[in-house]
Amino acid sequence: MKYMLMMNTPKGPYQIASWPKQDIEAHIGFMMGFAKKLTASGELVAAEGLSAPDQAKVVRAGEKGEPITDGVFPETKEFLAGYWIVDVESPERAYAIAAEASAAPGPGGEPLRLPIEVRQVMAGPAKDWTPCT
Amino acid sequence: MADESTQLLLRDLTPLVLGAMIRRYRDFASCEDAVQEALVAAAGSWPARGIPHNPRAWLMTVATRRLTDQVRAETARRLREQLVVSLIPPEEQIALAVGHNDRDDTLDLYFMCCHPALTPASQIALTLRAVGGLTTLEIARAFLVPEATMAQRLSRAKQTIRDAGASFSDPTRDEQLARLGHVLRVLYLIFNEGYTASEGADLVRVDLSTEAIRVTRMLEQLLPDEPEVKGLLALMLLTDARRAARTGPSGELVPLDEQDRTCWDRAMIDDGTRLLHEALSSGAGSAYVVQAAIAALHDEAPSTEKTDWPQIVELYGVLLRTADNPMVRLSQAIAIGMAEGPHAGLAALEPLAGDRRIAESHRLDAARAHLLERAGDHEAAIAHYRRAAQRTTNTPERDYLLLHAARLAELVCQ
Repeated sequence: MKYMLMMNTPKGPYQIASWPKQDIEAHIGFMMGFAKKLTASGELVAAEGLSAPDQAKVVRAGEKGEPITDGVFPETKEFLAGYWIVDVESPERAYAIAAEASAAPGPGGEPLRLPIEVRQVMAGPAKDWTPCT
Repeated sequence: MADESTQLLLRDLTPLVLGAMIRRYRDFASCEDAVQEALVAAAGSWPARGIPHNPRAWLMTVATRRLTDQVRAETARRLREQLVVSLIPPEEQIALAVGHNDRDDTLDLYFMCCHPALTPASQIALTLRAVGGLTTLEIARAFLVPEATMAQRLSRAKQTIRDAGASFSDPTRDEQLARLGHVLRVLYLIFNEGYTASEGADLVRVDLSTEAIRVTRMLEQLLPDEPEVKGLLALMLLTDARRAARTGPSGELVPLDEQDRTCWDRAMIDDGTRLLHEALSSGAGSAYVVQAAIAALHDEAPSTEKTDWPQIVELYGVLLRTADNPMVRLSQAIAIGMAEGPHAGLAALEPLAGDRRIAESHRLDAARAHLLERAGDHEAAIAHYRRAAQRTTNTPERDYLLLHAARLAELVCQ
């Protein structure tokens, strides 16, 4: 079963920019090692980091379906910073991976404990599935 | 599964076989499908039975048979009308094919793949497939997109070529030069894609820079008197020669001034320099040749300090005379900063802040940060490094900029 683990970050520039050098290095090292580990275990499906939220736009379809873009809404408190999609044996395993990501080191090497939203990815029907049975 | 030498042989033969097929049967899309099937058949049977005496004729025979099957199939009614010639027995067709002008066929294949009706993404994919002989899966992996997406992109590209009515023809010299311009741009894009996206040690990814060099070298052999082709190949070699020194142990970027120059590939530099001199001796100074000359000046220098910066400033000036490009102006400002000091560099950057094409780019902030740091204004440098980190969309680059800002911030605190 596949799960998407979404890492959210508070509004504004990524906090990491104001950390001391060795903390930034530790954080980057952790993230690279984390991706390598999930790749080696055969569980990583995809992982992407997103660019900073200050360039983000909200888009809606207008009357004729044309895109109407809007700046980021001020009331939005949190933004998606990146995600992992993992293919695991159980929901517990997805939670364990999420906890590991949440413990990524922050300032002073302390765990950040960022909230990681865990959602199961919908699957298509099994091959022998028919709606009539 | 075919071993590496068989794979490489198949890839070298792909444009030759496909070029000859298109020359005879005209329809790019069906010829391409047939050649792909022949390549798959070869990869399956050659390792066990040995490489045939004439591998190219073998591929032609099989591809022609597949094409004949396609034409005979009920669904290919429309094609059958176009391809009456396919009813000639394949053996006889092979006899006809031998002795035709291979050089022109392969060249026409490059032109067709880089047809101006195609989008750059399609030109790149089609060139890698039809000229480079890569599989759809390999191309998909190289661009980190699903295989089905890449398959669609390729089949749409082939449909576009069919709709545009593109065919092999005998272009005039001017037409050939214009088409060659498209081809060189596509090869340059492939090279850059490999150069900038080489993060991670993903062994299943085809190396796009190496592939671009291979395909450009084939082109250089087809057109040995074309200085622009030599210039592009030289530029690729002189840039790729620094690859090993360009990233650190965990994939982090190492800028030019901190690179271990003993890790640069001397043989590649020599090869690139030779090509550059050949291109220069013909008197032409196209954009690729000038960029190669700049790369050569870096490659020749024992250190950043001993680099011939005034000459580099001059060469950027030559580039600017052909086209006013803000990225070139930015590079020139950095070179001015090295030749005449950071304040001169900052002054040269000034006009770019009002240039909408680059004012919001992270590169402008990064260049300004670097010059401000050298000028001793650390506070301002930190702000610009952070702004650049905020704006870049490339992860290793962002990490590099963030760490640079943090290092300076520690200096300021002390």
